[in-house]
Amino acid sequence: MQNAIEQGLIFALLALGVFLTYRILNFADLTVDSSFTTGGGTAAILIYNGADPYLATAAGCAAGALAGLITGLLHTKLRIDPLLASILTMLALYSVNLRIMGGPNVGLNLRDGQPVETIFLPLKQAKLMASWQAVGILAAVALALTVVIVWFLATNFGLAAQATGDNPQMAVAGGISTDFTKIVTLMISNGLVGLSGAVYAQFQGFADVGMGIGLILVGLASVIVGNAILGTRYMALAVLGVVVGSVVYRLVLYYAIYWEIAAAGDMRLISAVLVVIALVISQSERLRGWAARISPFRSATIPEPLTAPELRAEPAEGPTPADPTPADPAPARPALVRPAPADPDQGEEG
Amino acid sequence: MLKLVGVSKTFFPGTANERRALRQVALELAEGDFATVIGSNGAGKSTLLNVIAGSLATDGGAIMIDGRDVTKLPANRRAGLLARVFQDPQAGTAPHLTIEQNMSIALTRGRRRGLGPGVGRRRRAEFREQLAVLGLGLENRLKTRVGMLSGGQRQALSLLMASFTRPKLLLLDEHTAALDPARAELVTALTEKVVADSQLTALMVTHNMAQALRVGNRLVMMHEGEIILELCADQKRRTTVADLMDRFTSVKGQMADRSLLS
Ligand SMILES: Nc1ncnc2c1ncn2[C@@H]1O[C@H](COP(=O)(O)OP(=O)(O)O)[C@@H](O)[C@H]1O
Ligand SMILES: [Mg+2]
Repeated sequence: MQNAIEQGLIFALLALGVFLTYRILNFADLTVDSSFTTGGGTAAILIYNGADPYLATAAGCAAGALAGLITGLLHTKLRIDPLLASILTMLALYSVNLRIMGGPNVGLNLRDGQPVETIFLPLKQAKLMASWQAVGILAAVALALTVVIVWFLATNFGLAAQATGDNPQMAVAGGISTDFTKIVTLMISNGLVGLSGAVYAQFQGFADVGMGIGLILVGLASVIVGNAILGTRYMALAVLGVVVGSVVYRLVLYYAIYWEIAAAGDMRLISAVLVVIALVISQSERLRGWAARISPFRSATIPEPLTAPELRAEPAEGPTPADPTPADPAPARPALVRPAPADPDQGEEG
Repeated sequence: MLKLVGVSKTFFPGTANERRALRQVALELAEGDFATVIGSNGAGKSTLLNVIAGSLATDGGAIMIDGRDVTKLPANRRAGLLARVFQDPQAGTAPHLTIEQNMSIALTRGRRRGLGPGVGRRRRAEFREQLAVLGLGLENRLKTRVGMLSGGQRQALSLLMASFTRPKLLLLDEHTAALDPARAELVTALTEKVVADSQLTALMVTHNMAQALRVGNRLVMMHEGEIILELCADQKRRTTVADLMDRFTSVKGQMADRSLLS
């Protein structure tokens, strides 16, 4: 079980990244599936060639951020739809990842009979993997990043990023360069995803070109589950919820397999169904009201769509004459119902 | 403060759907002028405001704000000079951000946004003071999400957000049209108050002729992309709604004749 929690905490970094794009920017970013591998592959190849594991991990984070930059540029400069821009980056990165790693995988356990020095080597040598100590260390890292993200979102720039996703028209009228906030937030998001990949590659002892496939679903499921548990009323709880959601997701997976309810290969299907259910709930006012009533946190427990006119306390007042102004339409939500391409041959994340 | 020279805007040029929304519009507002804009649906009023704000690019002509040529500047970079309130009460605020966070975005309009705290103690005190001006009790609800407010409250907040930073130019596009009469009245009164208090230069589109005559010191009437009538303060005082209607019908007739002839 500790192992499942460790995994949950490592994937929490990825889920935090997904939170930034999906919840804050309202941007369906599928870059994740490849930027995770870019981060993992970059760190792995550097470590394999003798680089300092911490520097290599940082490099993995930077490589992920670069992937986010590409998606951001495709979307803002070339005006490509978010979903398509991120799919293009994701597909292109597959080839790049193969180049980075110089092959489909890089092993990080032994080299020339010597254990490879990863950030987990001290823990491994002390036989502390899958221990509560290791859980504590990883939890501290995840919580530190949670604090940084909560702080970031409350800064002037963070508020600008939030406004960009919440009401782009207002953001522009407020002098916010939504192109810039999108690019920066995508970079931070994919930087976190790359970091998650870098840590995970060292955790499992290898990087594999397919290690990121389907992870957007894992990230979304973590965000949705976590926000359902801790609510979205307070930003700190919403962000913390993402970490909690990631751990809960791993534990559910662990026990589903442990009690032989599901096989490891079923998890993609279960994740997809979970995400669909959560999306349906978040789009249906009636279901949301019902879920809010039965939940212990009452208000705003179920993630609501980012543009929710129904949130208004009063019904629309008076007639709203149709106006053909382009500035008028409410910001559209990205369609997130299309899941990432699933690869049935892939086991569940290694 | 604001100067438009020969500003034109055509939608779908060269197609069957071609729409000339603005035709060689010229307009000048002095500092402190408060002009109301009237005209039938499709006259180009919203397009005029969108072009001034930069959310639409012009096809020709020049736009100067406070002596600066902003014709080529994108909307977000004009925001330091001007602020706007839209017709839709949802449009001017971010629903999932709190009142104080929305105010913070308004406060930093047109400035570089760094990693300083968006809402600090000093800012919060200032926001509370500003919100008290509205008389809606919002100063005690700084941490309420704006999406929880009624349309009228949101519009009043949008108005405050647009004005308390004293922009060079305030653009209001039928900002009371989506409200019920009582709230519309309230927001109109607030508008007059903030414009007077901060001595703002403002352009307000309204479909209410009586209001257009009552509010502000100048009046502009548009029709089919042209300014067909301008009244200064004196003329405005002497004009009635009936006069405006007459003027409108006669100009419409003239324009119809002209298009028949040409
Ligand atoms: N984004 C747009 N695309 C195409 N046509 C538009 C657009 N915005 C306005 N128009 C057209 O331009 C003309 C003027 O519209 P608008 O400025 O909204 O009028 P008003 O605000 O005075 O009612 C109308 O014929 C309208 O159909
Ligand atoms: Mg209009």
